[in-house]
Amino acid sequence: MIHFENVGKRYAEGGEALSGINLQLDAGEMAFLTGHSGAGKSTMLKLIGLIERASYGQVIINGKNFSKLGRRHIPYVRRDIGIIFQNHKLLNDRTVFDNVALPLVIAGQPHRDIQRRVHASLDKVGLLDKERMLPLSLSGGEQQRVGIARAVVNKPPLLVADEPTGNLDPALSAEIMNLFAEFNQVGVTVLIASHDIELITRMDKRVLVLDKGRLVDGAGEQGEVQQ
Amino acid sequence: MARQATRRSPRRSATRITPSERLSKRGASTGTVRRLRGKGWLRGYFKGHFQALFLSLGRVSRNPLSSLMTIAVIGIALALPAGLHVVLKNVQSVSAGWEDAVQISLFLNQGIEAVEATRIAKQISAMSSIEEVVHVTPQQALGEFRQYSGFGDALEVLDENPLPNVLLVRPTKEASEPLQVEPLLHELRNLPSVEMAQLDMEWLKRLYAIMAIGERGVLVLAVLLALAVLLIVGNTIRLAIQNHRDEIEVQKLIGATDAFIQRPFLYSGLWQGVLGAVMAWLLVTLSLWLLHGPVQQLSLLYNSNFSLGSLQLVGVFAVLAAGGLLGLLGAWLAVGRHLRDIEPT
Repeated sequence: MIHFENVGKRYAEGGEALSGINLQLDAGEMAFLTGHSGAGKSTMLKLIGLIERASYGQVIINGKNFSKLGRRHIPYVRRDIGIIFQNHKLLNDRTVFDNVALPLVIAGQPHRDIQRRVHASLDKVGLLDKERMLPLSLSGGEQQRVGIARAVVNKPPLLVADEPTGNLDPALSAEIMNLFAEFNQVGVTVLIASHDIELITRMDKRVLVLDKGRLVDGAGEQGEVQQ
Repeated sequence: MARQATRRSPRRSATRITPSERLSKRGASTGTVRRLRGKGWLRGYFKGHFQALFLSLGRVSRNPLSSLMTIAVIGIALALPAGLHVVLKNVQSVSAGWEDAVQISLFLNQGIEAVEATRIAKQISAMSSIEEVVHVTPQQALGEFRQYSGFGDALEVLDENPLPNVLLVRPTKEASEPLQVEPLLHELRNLPSVEMAQLDMEWLKRLYAIMAIGERGVLVLAVLLALAVLLIVGNTIRLAIQNHRDEIEVQKLIGATDAFIQRPFLYSGLWQGVLGAVMAWLLVTLSLWLLHGPVQQLSLLYNSNFSLGSLQLVGVFAVLAAGGLLGLLGAWLAVGRHLRDIEPT
């Protein structure tokens, strides 16, 4: 599902955020991406979400080679990747329902399907009773769950989350993590960037460790062979 | 096989498609487009436009004051050339009746009696190039002058009628051509009993020349104001794009195409242009209504039954189409310039 082949990312301002990353994450796997601040976690997720392009190497997600992808194909690739952001990135002037419905509206789904799937998605994250509220009137944990509902509403095969529990207390964090584990159980590939070591250890999943732009642990079969 | 199954049941959960199945598809976009086409691609296309149409109308109505100001500016910009066009058309319709009435006025010598004048009239009307000759006696001319000039009382002071016999000569159609009419005029002018011969054409030619300038002026003005409308709409849409920056970023992040994002902005431009055109139509109609009374009075003074023509149906449609097109084009230019700059980071 996620395949990195000797991937590096250099920024114009200098410094190599990622260098020589080899990684193989199979469909249906769940993994954590960890490392100290500035180790390249966010950069790696940006490469997966096509927010940035690799300076060299091959990023192949869901069978698509991103280095060969034209600009106009990007939207269609993004629809197959559910991304959850630390700062939620919700539209604050739209209701919870409208926020979650957005990916379906963008994909041009029929109205009755939208209603049904948004409700299913909100039900899954336990916010069905708040669909008419505006995001800012919700708590941080609830806003994060709206973001998750939006990411899964069009059933993407891959979920990527950037510090989804960054601002939450331990109990809420565990709740969110369990939610991801549930999605993983029905076959969704999940990759979560987090520095909450305690929580990661408790989840007992594969852990990818980044250090100064290099993948030092958990690279997967191919990566380990090369190391 | 696998591909067929995916196409036939598009609602099937993506999570249940195995990696090999997904890999068997040729590419990201073709897969998605094919899935959409299976659901009635065309219907989805029109639905998207329909949604954007009303979303943009909602945006226009949510900022009534600023929208109204933009629409008013567009309305005034469109009303100016449209109104001047109507005025020109009216001048043309007034003068159109005069075009085929080439007429030569022969003022006879003062001493000539009415009987002699009638004889000259007969003599002239016998010429092959003459259609008709009307003899206006000094008494008739005086009567007309008294009736229409408003100086009736002043005329009472005069001892005798100062007006000469006048022959109104109308050449045949062939002889009315500019090249033919000049020698005829010369010939008539040289008749011994003719004091003065006047061709009532020169001023008409000048009027047409002036109107041609007016038409050209209106055209230049229309082009300049069309540019202004483009800039106004473009700037409004640019501001709208900046105001929706976060929203556009989020939409791009979750897979919105450029077409999807720009659609509501394009329709906003279209709405502003069309509503501006409606405003222009109202302004022109109102102005004509205000002019109606005075023009009616003037045409009465000229003993004419002329009444001020308004914007024809074709004209109304032209203004609406121009407004809509300019709005759309302005929005399109702004969207093309500014939407690409917004990329999620």
